[in-house]
Amino acid sequence: MELALASAIGVLTMLGVYLLLRARSFDVILGMTFLSYATNLLIFSGGRLVQGKAPVLKEGLDSNLGNYTDPLPQALVLTAIVIAFAMTAVSIVLAIRSRSDNHSDHVDAHEPDEGSPPRRDEDHA
Amino acid sequence: MNHLVILPILVPLLGASLSLFVEHRRYGPRVQRAVAWTAMAALFASVLLLFARTADGAAMVYLVGDWPSRLGIALVADRLSAWMLLTTVLLAVGCLMHACSGWDRRAPHFHALFQFQLVGLNGAFLTGDIFNLFVFFEVMLIASYGLLLSGGRGLRMRIGLHYVVFNVTASTLFLIALGLLYASLGSLNMAELSQRIAEVPPSHLVLVKATMGLLLLVFCAKAALMPLYLWLPESYARAPAAVAALFAIMTKVGLYAVLRVQSLWFGDEAGAMAGYGRDWLLWAGVATLVLGGLGVLAAVRLRVLISYLVVISAATLFIAFSLGNQQVLAAGLYYLPHSTFVAAALFLIADLIRRRRGGASDRKEIIAPMPGKETPAVLFLIAAVSIAGLPPLSGFLAKAALLQGVPAGLTAPVWIAVLGSSLLVIMGLARAGIRLFWRVPAAEPDAPKPRKAPTRRIELLAACVLLLYGIGMTVFAAPLLRHADAIASDLLQPSGYVEQVRGTPPEIRQP
Repeated sequence: MELALASAIGVLTMLGVYLLLRARSFDVILGMTFLSYATNLLIFSGGRLVQGKAPVLKEGLDSNLGNYTDPLPQALVLTAIVIAFAMTAVSIVLAIRSRSDNHSDHVDAHEPDEGSPPRRDEDHA
Repeated sequence: MNHLVILPILVPLLGASLSLFVEHRRYGPRVQRAVAWTAMAALFASVLLLFARTADGAAMVYLVGDWPSRLGIALVADRLSAWMLLTTVLLAVGCLMHACSGWDRRAPHFHALFQFQLVGLNGAFLTGDIFNLFVFFEVMLIASYGLLLSGGRGLRMRIGLHYVVFNVTASTLFLIALGLLYASLGSLNMAELSQRIAEVPPSHLVLVKATMGLLLLVFCAKAALMPLYLWLPESYARAPAAVAALFAIMTKVGLYAVLRVQSLWFGDEAGAMAGYGRDWLLWAGVATLVLGGLGVLAAVRLRVLISYLVVISAATLFIAFSLGNQQVLAAGLYYLPHSTFVAAALFLIADLIRRRRGGASDRKEIIAPMPGKETPAVLFLIAAVSIAGLPPLSGFLAKAALLQGVPAGLTAPVWIAVLGSSLLVIMGLARAGIRLFWRVPAAEPDAPKPRKAPTRRIELLAACVLLLYGIGMTVFAAPLLRHADAIASDLLQPSGYVEQVRGTPPEIRQP
């Protein structure tokens, strides 16, 4: 199980970093998502991998980590998932808006072969 | 349990929720502003109370959810937290004043986002565990995305995308560090960790060091240390004035985190981790100072120039915090509010200038007439003198105190970097002033009078208030420096803080 989890984290991170470094905003957002998956798995594994044990107290079982799996990383993961989800939503909205305003989904808002970016200053709106 | 500690988080949270209720057009801006100012007044009162309560040096601990501090969420207010909170609130008053002159009507949800930003900032300064620091960082950042982008379009969206992607990636690294930290040390409470770090077995040391390095990297990215400051100038320069002014404190949150972590984890009792990363931060700070100074000289637009001033102030603080003796720390703590207020004031002044110059905006290379230039020129002069560190204002006092305390072996590089960057700043600001205020074409007598840009009195007042803070800091420099010195001595002997946090028992729950 350790090997499977470790390689999953590794592969997801690799994918995330590769996509993050690409020039299209959609790829970048996908990369961020993959990275957050990898991170969530990493935090989850921070509580050690335990099989068949619950994170909530049961009657008649001594409350020590021998009988349970560590509940704290699971709570942390939950928080991290929520935040990553919200961030993905924000960046998607932002990317769509940037594409419709600047007519390009390149992260620099213009195609690299088109020379300098459009110099529209929105200050005077 | 004393509930005062959580008020600086709860009050803006309530204020934000109320702002959402009165957002409908039927209420109009008057009601929205009344809500915003009521929340601000309540926040101000609670922060002042907290400041007074913690002034004697005792840390106040608040166990949210009543779990023991090593397991649950703890809020801790000590002198450093109260100092940062007071800075935030004073700054926010000036920003809100400026926003109430009209920007809050053009940007949807402005007041709610503003209050949420305050929740994040205050929470980051109050939290006693590192995971909550991450959560409040996120609250702060999410609100800042909204503030930065609300009401904007076109190019600002591109800058916004860069800003968001950079910060989300930094947050992911933060999470990775937290996961490793919990896996290797088994707690996320900063006081508890300060005990456990001293007892790390040598076999784990490499992992712990890598984790700490990752954490420091994230904080440096937030605080805009070289080479991680590249995101800052463009995004701050594109932000609306009131928002850019509020962002002046955001880099300081990263600095606060570095300071707290250094004090609790890398102090003298930390065994193998003592002094971790200190040299790196010092030299990166020196390099950032140099590059920031060059950035000030090279900037074409006034607001980019001011953004580089923010970078320079962060770099100066990194130097002060990584030298690690009491006098320099105290000088740094005095420099922190000063630089925040003045940078914020400069952003507001740049907005006044920009709107008076019409199409030329704040570009220095365009010579353009500027009707009614006297007031902004005087304000710009005061702010420039203060941030460059010329006598008689607070910048001079802070830099003088900082330079005096530099340990003997490091005098040459630190003095050269700080004074050299000050020289570059003076040159950059003088050039900007000359181009914007003096080299203006003479008005032709029969030319139609340029339309005077409407300036509301409250905008001027907002800039004046922020500058007055700086003047107040000059007048009351002695008591403020004494207080900063007390904070610095707390930071160098964190045992009181650690014992207070670890020794606070839950009240209802049996431990």
